[in-house]
Amino acid sequence: MTMSRLSGSGLTLAYDGRTVAEDLSVAIPDQSFTVIVGPNACGKSTLLRALSRLLKPRAGTVVLDGADIASLPTKRVAQILGLLPQSSIAPDGITVADLVSRGRHPHQGLLRQWSREDERIVAESMAATGVADLAERAVDELSGGQRQRVWTAMVLAQQTPLLLLDEPTTYLDIAHQIEILDLCARLHEEEGRTLVAVLHDLNQAARYATHLIVLCDGRVAASGKPEEIVTAELVETVFGLPCRVIEDPESGTPLVVPGARRRR
Amino acid sequence: MRVLRTSAFSVRYRPRALTASVAGVLVAFAAVVVTLGSGDYQIPPGEVLRTLFGGGTMGDHFIVVELRLPRVVTALLVGAALALAGAVFQSLVRNPLGSPDMLGFTEGAATGALVVVVAGGSSLALACGAVIGGLATGIGVYALAWRKGVHGYRLILAGIGVSAILSGVNGYLMTRAQLMDAARAMLWLTGSLDGRGWGEVVPLAVAMAVLVPVAIIGCGRALHVIEMGDDVARALGISVERVRLTALAGAVLLASFAAAAAGPVSFVALTSPQLARRLTRAPGPNLVASMVVGAVLLTCADLGAQHAVPGRHLPVGVVTGVLGGGYLIWLLAAGRKAGRI
Repeated sequence: MTMSRLSGSGLTLAYDGRTVAEDLSVAIPDQSFTVIVGPNACGKSTLLRALSRLLKPRAGTVVLDGADIASLPTKRVAQILGLLPQSSIAPDGITVADLVSRGRHPHQGLLRQWSREDERIVAESMAATGVADLAERAVDELSGGQRQRVWTAMVLAQQTPLLLLDEPTTYLDIAHQIEILDLCARLHEEEGRTLVAVLHDLNQAARYATHLIVLCDGRVAASGKPEEIVTAELVETVFGLPCRVIEDPESGTPLVVPGARRRR
Repeated sequence: MRVLRTSAFSVRYRPRALTASVAGVLVAFAAVVVTLGSGDYQIPPGEVLRTLFGGGTMGDHFIVVELRLPRVVTALLVGAALALAGAVFQSLVRNPLGSPDMLGFTEGAATGALVVVVAGGSSLALACGAVIGGLATGIGVYALAWRKGVHGYRLILAGIGVSAILSGVNGYLMTRAQLMDAARAMLWLTGSLDGRGWGEVVPLAVAMAVLVPVAIIGCGRALHVIEMGDDVARALGISVERVRLTALAGAVLLASFAAAAAGPVSFVALTSPQLARRLTRAPGPNLVASMVVGAVLLTCADLGAQHAVPGRHLPVGVVTGVLGGGYLIWLLAAGRKAGRI
């Protein structure tokens, strides 16, 4: 039985009138790199928002360290659980170092606004994401890939054992996607953090995840190790896509090859 | 950025922002001394300083401290209050157009004041009317814009709509006023510092003693984080709606009290935070620097208003209106050159 600091049980998730998921239960195994995948509008991001207390479930509870997350002070949660949402805005003219240092907010107070520890952790976070050289540059001058690394450094600076990332690779070209995912894998392996990411690309998910949660219409269609659960039947049922699943020649993980409608 | 640190205490500050703020305070002080010395009876700056610090003749003391000081202090406080309100609004709606002028709060304060004028109330009642009008408009706009939290654009659109309705109401109220009252109301609506006494200064000073710390100490750090998006701020452990409501209430009250003291002086709230931003080159709400710039702007505008047309005192709102309008056009031109508009 694996341990889970973060889990949700019996969740009903809805925006206004639209119910996205009913009676949904998930557990995030500790020290895992969990990836949530599924077709568009299956509730991936909604689930991530609920797990990070940004969306209040209509029913059910999200449990963090044995307590209902809604009952914990929000600043206390921010010291345990970090989230990189999709909708982030870099204020006009802000420098990389300034943006990253704002990730320290949950650890600061009115009298303790910039301790030596804050300074050290911000420097370490920028080094870990490879943006230390950009420290004094303005964020709006950077490329998409650099910007995503800066935002990742910002949540790293929050120094939380749990890290949630909502589609961290969206809008990036394939090289930058791999760069971000490699960074995530390194954070997971070297620093022992629990990572949860929502991804679009099933093959990337299968390659990087240690634990995969496949969502479909607000239900968990399958969960477990990618090599155990990713099969042609599952992909066909969940995505409605005829395919073959072969072994990834690089990593040995499952590789989904969509069926060709027409042979050349 | 520099750091000031002891074992239990640490702050970061930007040397440039500090220099700009200190320079602003000095300029404001200089403008105050010159204004106190100018008028029908001229007093040289040295004498003004001596009088301010307890020396000088009885006559000088009467003119400087009793007659002219309240007006100058009103200018300082109104400028600072409006600028702080503007800085908070612009930060919250993440838009340089988010100021009490644009969002209809000053229009609402004017409605409150005009109702009192039509009913024939006293100056004190007029000030109360302005505060109540501004606050009621604030609540109205917030309620209109509310849909599971308030978003910047919805707030601006609701504000513009309410502002348009209120300016119609204000026009109607003016037609209902007696001619004398209408003239008095018109002067108030332009924004004027003429004949301000300690009676106008004290309520504003008391309100600011409470509201300025609420905005700067209570909300300042959270506002920095909220600028990165509501989701980011929530994830960083900020109760976004609570901070937003507190900051909005504080800013609406500041703008309303300022309007009660000097009328809805235009453009100070809109331009001060933008000027402060260009002077400090710091991202974020720049609350303290904006306050200083606002105080400088209004004291200098008042000095200009007294001297622009020989032998006539213009209402200060005329000067800030001309300056602010020019500034907006310049922003537009600069924005067009940069390809943003």
